[in-house]
Amino acid sequence: METIKLTIDNRQVEVPKDTTINKAAKELGIEIPTLCYMELHDLNIENKPAGCRICVVEVKGRRNLAPSCATKCEEGMVVTTHTTRVLNARRTVMEFILSDHPKDCLICPKSGNCELQTMAHQLGIREIPGQEIAAMSTYKKDTSPSIIRNQDKCILCRRCEMMCNTVQTVGALSAVNRGFMATVAPAFEQNLEHSTCTYCGQCVAVCPTGALTEVDHTPDVLRALADPTKTVVVQTAPAVRAALGELFGMEPGTLVTGKMVTALRALGFDYVFDTDFAADLTIMEEGTELLDRLTRHLRGDKTARLPILTSCCPGWVNFFEEYFPDLKDVPSTSKSPQQMFGAIAKTYFADKIKISRKDLVVVSIMPCLAKKYECQREEFSVDGNRDVDFSISTRELAAFIKQANIDLNNLEEGEFDAPLGESSGAGVIFGATGGVIEAAVRTAYELYTGQKLPRLDFTELRGLEGVRSATIDFDGLPVNIGIAHGLGNARKLLDDVRSGKSQFHAIEVMACPGGCIGGGGQPLHHGNSEVIKARAAAIYTEDRKKPLRKSHENPFIIKLYEEFLGKPNSEKAHHLLHTKYFDKKKKIIVKQ
Amino acid sequence: MSSIKIELRQEDVNKIREICASFNNDPQELINVLHKCQEHFGYLPAEVQEVISNELVVPVAKIYGVVTFYSFFTMTPKGKHPVSICMGTACYVRGAEKVLDEFKKELGLQVGQTTPDGKFSLSSLRCVGACGLAPVVMVGDKTYGRVAPDDVRNILKEYEQ
Repeated sequence: METIKLTIDNRQVEVPKDTTINKAAKELGIEIPTLCYMELHDLNIENKPAGCRICVVEVKGRRNLAPSCATKCEEGMVVTTHTTRVLNARRTVMEFILSDHPKDCLICPKSGNCELQTMAHQLGIREIPGQEIAAMSTYKKDTSPSIIRNQDKCILCRRCEMMCNTVQTVGALSAVNRGFMATVAPAFEQNLEHSTCTYCGQCVAVCPTGALTEVDHTPDVLRALADPTKTVVVQTAPAVRAALGELFGMEPGTLVTGKMVTALRALGFDYVFDTDFAADLTIMEEGTELLDRLTRHLRGDKTARLPILTSCCPGWVNFFEEYFPDLKDVPSTSKSPQQMFGAIAKTYFADKIKISRKDLVVVSIMPCLAKKYECQREEFSVDGNRDVDFSISTRELAAFIKQANIDLNNLEEGEFDAPLGESSGAGVIFGATGGVIEAAVRTAYELYTGQKLPRLDFTELRGLEGVRSATIDFDGLPVNIGIAHGLGNARKLLDDVRSGKSQFHAIEVMACPGGCIGGGGQPLHHGNSEVIKARAAAIYTEDRKKPLRKSHENPFIIKLYEEFLGKPNSEKAHHLLHTKYFDKKKKIIVKQ
Repeated sequence: MSSIKIELRQEDVNKIREICASFNNDPQELINVLHKCQEHFGYLPAEVQEVISNELVVPVAKIYGVVTFYSFFTMTPKGKHPVSICMGTACYVRGAEKVLDEFKKELGLQVGQTTPDGKFSLSSLRCVGACGLAPVVMVGDKTYGRVAPDDVRNILKEYEQ
């Protein structure tokens, strides 16, 4: 490999060709401040518009200052990162950005976790010259079912635009207008709700300021908890337990399952249940559907659509309804675990505790912002009463716990309640990319072959590669499996399905890079992909610790079928646990 | 979720498709496609951008971004007599802003707007290459040089009948 030698702050460093000054400085332990720049190294995601100019450095012999995030190292370069000229330039840039930024940090939802605030503090900005004569640009606020846009706080770092276009290929957001009125917005500056937005929330996950945030549903939850006529149950998604601890100062990858249960009980939830239970249920329904399509296909039935696509991820569902409506009979009809949980809670469980569905409030804790939209979809309510009443994110839960004066660090480990709190390891791994299909394989293999699986860890299905594939031997039948995370990667697999080139029998898709552990509702990673890797490791640890690791062995799932549903894909199961998809593509209507 | 229905006449849709096809539906040719469409329709309404988005497979948000970035593109129809005031350096220092203000007052328009009767539209541009005549005003294809605020009413009179 060709290398380059250069000097940074009087120290020699040797780096591979094409390394940027910023990364070379990191090799020496020098952290040049950045603002618009963001990288998720292991996920192949990089935002490098060189737009903010916070990261400028002085290069000997070069007339102007160089943006270190985008300037490549050259042989013999002499770089200084903290000369008076550099520090003055950084401060001036920051003062300009702040001159057009609201100063309402005290009540901003991003306060304390805002990269702009942190940078202003780091640079020691104490006043903003010229502010009294400068006008502030104002944009209309936009609230969708999941996401709030407050573009007054946009600093044009373009991270959201990069996520929405390059990574997700959703194309809902773009830089629009120029000069003072420049901002990032949907087409024609319409509201997100009228754009192609899938509510995946990846724009929110990378926004350095308070421009993009989630809709806060904790006040609704608090109201339900305070209402003596309501029984309030909560379900927690697998990825939440692997990340919640970060917001209480714990190391990324710390599992807080038991402490989270105790905290939820302390908050006043009547029953603390687990979405993982519903994940096991999803595997029963989706796995049965896969086997049904597969055996029909093997018999030569041309109506059996293969590959089957997973349908747990609401961002992904929104994506194919918008971009691949012609393929809407390809995904599994199984509802997501969140919605399966809601449907079972408001029927089976409500009957068990003898209350009517309108007196039962179902709250979900999700790593996801699309789940907020999903639970509001019309088809997921009965006579106006939603199966899942409110969905709040990992971040909202942490804030809620703190407001209740609970320190997660000092809590005892609690246990989920029965019957909807019991789950297998297969339900847990739903939280990481590849996990749903691995869980499905564990069950489908045993149901198809009638034999015990010789091993449970399918490491060939794990990892952070954007598109992965593996062939699993079902006792002589090779089953081809595809996995994609990030909607841009999913699009590649979908294009193959559309053109008939796809060789897969089953494909798992998760909208967010890394799967739910990297969801739009998780604690902010601030461009550190190690955080996402640590969460994945935690998920697989939880799986290994579980006494039961296959969905069809969960005794409460077996009981649910015996007492209530009959068997997987039964008529009752279809009614409660399956859904249909809609064509949401924009239509061009010709005027008569 | 996008739910807006686009209403265009079939011949308009065909024309846009024809323009896109003449550039092989190549997304790299977006700006050329927009030029041709504006030449044909006189402006680039949302509906036209939606059809282009479908044909070139470019997100409509991106197209809107391009349309709003370049001042040549417009989403409001130009008037029958488009009035453009040069705000380039030479014209500016010789009082173009006062001339522009007079046009705004006379026509009751802001830059980028069109009169309700569709007769006049007002825009500002940067340098028409006639700096010797500064300040310069164009109405349609006709150029007026050394324009003073007092001349504005007379210029507009030429187009009133």
